[in-house]
Amino acid sequence: MSVATQDTAIRTGRVTRTLIYLILILFALFYMLPLYVMAVNSVKPLDEITGGGMMNLPKVFTLEPWAKAWSYAQIGVDPTGLQPYFWNSIKMVVPAVAISTVLGALNGYVLTKWRFRGDTILFGLMLFACFIPFQIVLIPMARMLGLMGMAGSTGGLVLVHVVYGIGFTTLYFRNYYAVFPTELIRAAQIDGAGFFQIFWRILLPSSGPIAVVSIIWQFTNIWNDFLFGASFAGADSQPMTVALNNLVQSSTGVKEYNVHFAGAILAALPTLLVYVVAGRYFVRGLMAGSVKG
Amino acid sequence: MGFLDIDNTTKSYGAVEVLHNVDISVDEGEFLVLVGPSGCGKSTLLNMIAGLEDISSGEIRIKDQIMNGVHPSKRNIAMVFQSYALYPNMTVGQNITFGLEMHGTPKPQREKAMKDVASLLQIDQLLDRKPGALSGGQRQRVAMGRALVRNPDVFLFDEPLSNLDAKLRVDMRTEIKKLHQKLGTTIVYVTHDQIEAMTLSTRIAVMYGGYVQQLGTPQEIYDSPANIFVATFMGSPAMNVVPAKVVLKNAKPVALVALHDGSTVSLPFSQDNMTAWDGRDIMLGIRPETITDEDAADRNSSNIARMTNRIVVTEPAGSDTFVTMTFGGKDVIARMRSDADVRAGADFPFAVNMEKAVAFDPETEMRIIP
Repeated sequence: MSVATQDTAIRTGRVTRTLIYLILILFALFYMLPLYVMAVNSVKPLDEITGGGMMNLPKVFTLEPWAKAWSYAQIGVDPTGLQPYFWNSIKMVVPAVAISTVLGALNGYVLTKWRFRGDTILFGLMLFACFIPFQIVLIPMARMLGLMGMAGSTGGLVLVHVVYGIGFTTLYFRNYYAVFPTELIRAAQIDGAGFFQIFWRILLPSSGPIAVVSIIWQFTNIWNDFLFGASFAGADSQPMTVALNNLVQSSTGVKEYNVHFAGAILAALPTLLVYVVAGRYFVRGLMAGSVKG
Repeated sequence: MGFLDIDNTTKSYGAVEVLHNVDISVDEGEFLVLVGPSGCGKSTLLNMIAGLEDISSGEIRIKDQIMNGVHPSKRNIAMVFQSYALYPNMTVGQNITFGLEMHGTPKPQREKAMKDVASLLQIDQLLDRKPGALSGGQRQRVAMGRALVRNPDVFLFDEPLSNLDAKLRVDMRTEIKKLHQKLGTTIVYVTHDQIEAMTLSTRIAVMYGGYVQQLGTPQEIYDSPANIFVATFMGSPAMNVVPAKVVLKNAKPVALVALHDGSTVSLPFSQDNMTAWDGRDIMLGIRPETITDEDAADRNSSNIARMTNRIVVTEPAGSDTFVTMTFGGKDVIARMRSDADVRAGADFPFAVNMEKAVAFDPETEMRIIP
């Protein structure tokens, strides 16, 4: 006979619990390893890396690789560092995220509260946009940007990312607004509020969680995008990801691993920051609307 | 011409007609209740008055102005919703004045109107709170405040009390009635609760299957139901409707109804026109409170019939005791005084006030008009 334990759904036995935590910690360490390697090696002098011992802590601590990666590493023709490209990325990401989020919210509002014949089909088609691989649209998009005179500009990149993002943002906002009480909209109509007044005064102020989801999602995707940046950006509008590639892939001179590591961390920082600041809303927003509707 | 006219109005969704030729004329200051089971079309009709649903055919007029196609905000109506529909991101004060703001009322006037309404409804101390921090009854008051502040021609209430608990519902019912008496506004009120309908209204429209079954004062509806549906829907417990046969006894019409053991009792009609139904089957409608013990029988009634029947179940409810018996082959409920000496399984002498009894045609289910 087995001994009766005090296991319940919430409290498991001590041994089981220790085992679970042990495995979890191991996995966590495993996932943290690359970040550790990057962080440690980005503050070592180059000869310490080339001498082996990738996992060792630095003997000599230096921030020189960070400074170099940011402001005077050789990227392309000039030794500018990643700095100008960082600002290129910001100039592309901020408007693209803002526009696609606002448009997604408007779409969601119309698709749920101002329904019309064929709205579900239209929504289905917009969802389809989420599943089109980037590579397919490269050539048509290049042609379109050329015709519109936006080739090689930040504006062109913003347009591409807005078009690609609308499918996702519409999906988020539509599902969120689907469970938003329609009686509120009707009450506002009787109160005399118009289409946009209802949107700005009633709907948007209640959209915090889903707006955070949309912003995180769009920010991460657009910031990390390499393909569109490499394909459509001009010399003075290249985003961070493309610049980082150029830095790492440069075929002349010595491979400065410490600078590369620092540059890679710099490129990843903004998305990390967004996630840390707004991350706790992310899951909450994703779950909203999933219970009902 | 009334204050609010609903003129031969229908509503269809595609080929399906859900409201059939509704004709109601409401006078100024009336409290009209639309009552019926779910799916009877009462909320649809209310939404059509509000302008939230299109009118398929016919006309709705407020103060002789045709409202077909007029935007809800331009009809000078206000609506209280079942969920209250308070804007969650605004304070109570902002909720109340939002409509005025949208209509371009200047701020000092808005503030004054808000103060007036708040003191009328005793929600002064809540004005800075968000709806999320209010109890159900408080939200209800705020929703009414939002409607009152606009000073509309017609108030529309869509089941406003159904989200409250039983006690609060009764309190708010009284509150609404007081408010109506004080302000004398025209109200159209939708509910599925027949007690709310009876207690609040000046007139009731009983709806079923997209038709207005009967339109009349609460007393008319209760005492003279137009058909079996109205008779059984209004009143709690429901009116007993049992099969009976009309025969003439000494040239006077009587109803023969089966007792529990299969024998029949003859209950004389008060209405002489039942003579025409001699030898035919009818459905006899008797309200539970008109079946009592001998002592409790209505002394003003000219027509008390007596019968002895076996009690199946007794249900003491404090103020009354409900007694179930088998009568006309059906379970029939009588409403006795709480001190009546009734026991399940015993035979008991009942007194039936036949003056209040009504008869229905079993074919059409319509009441046989005396």
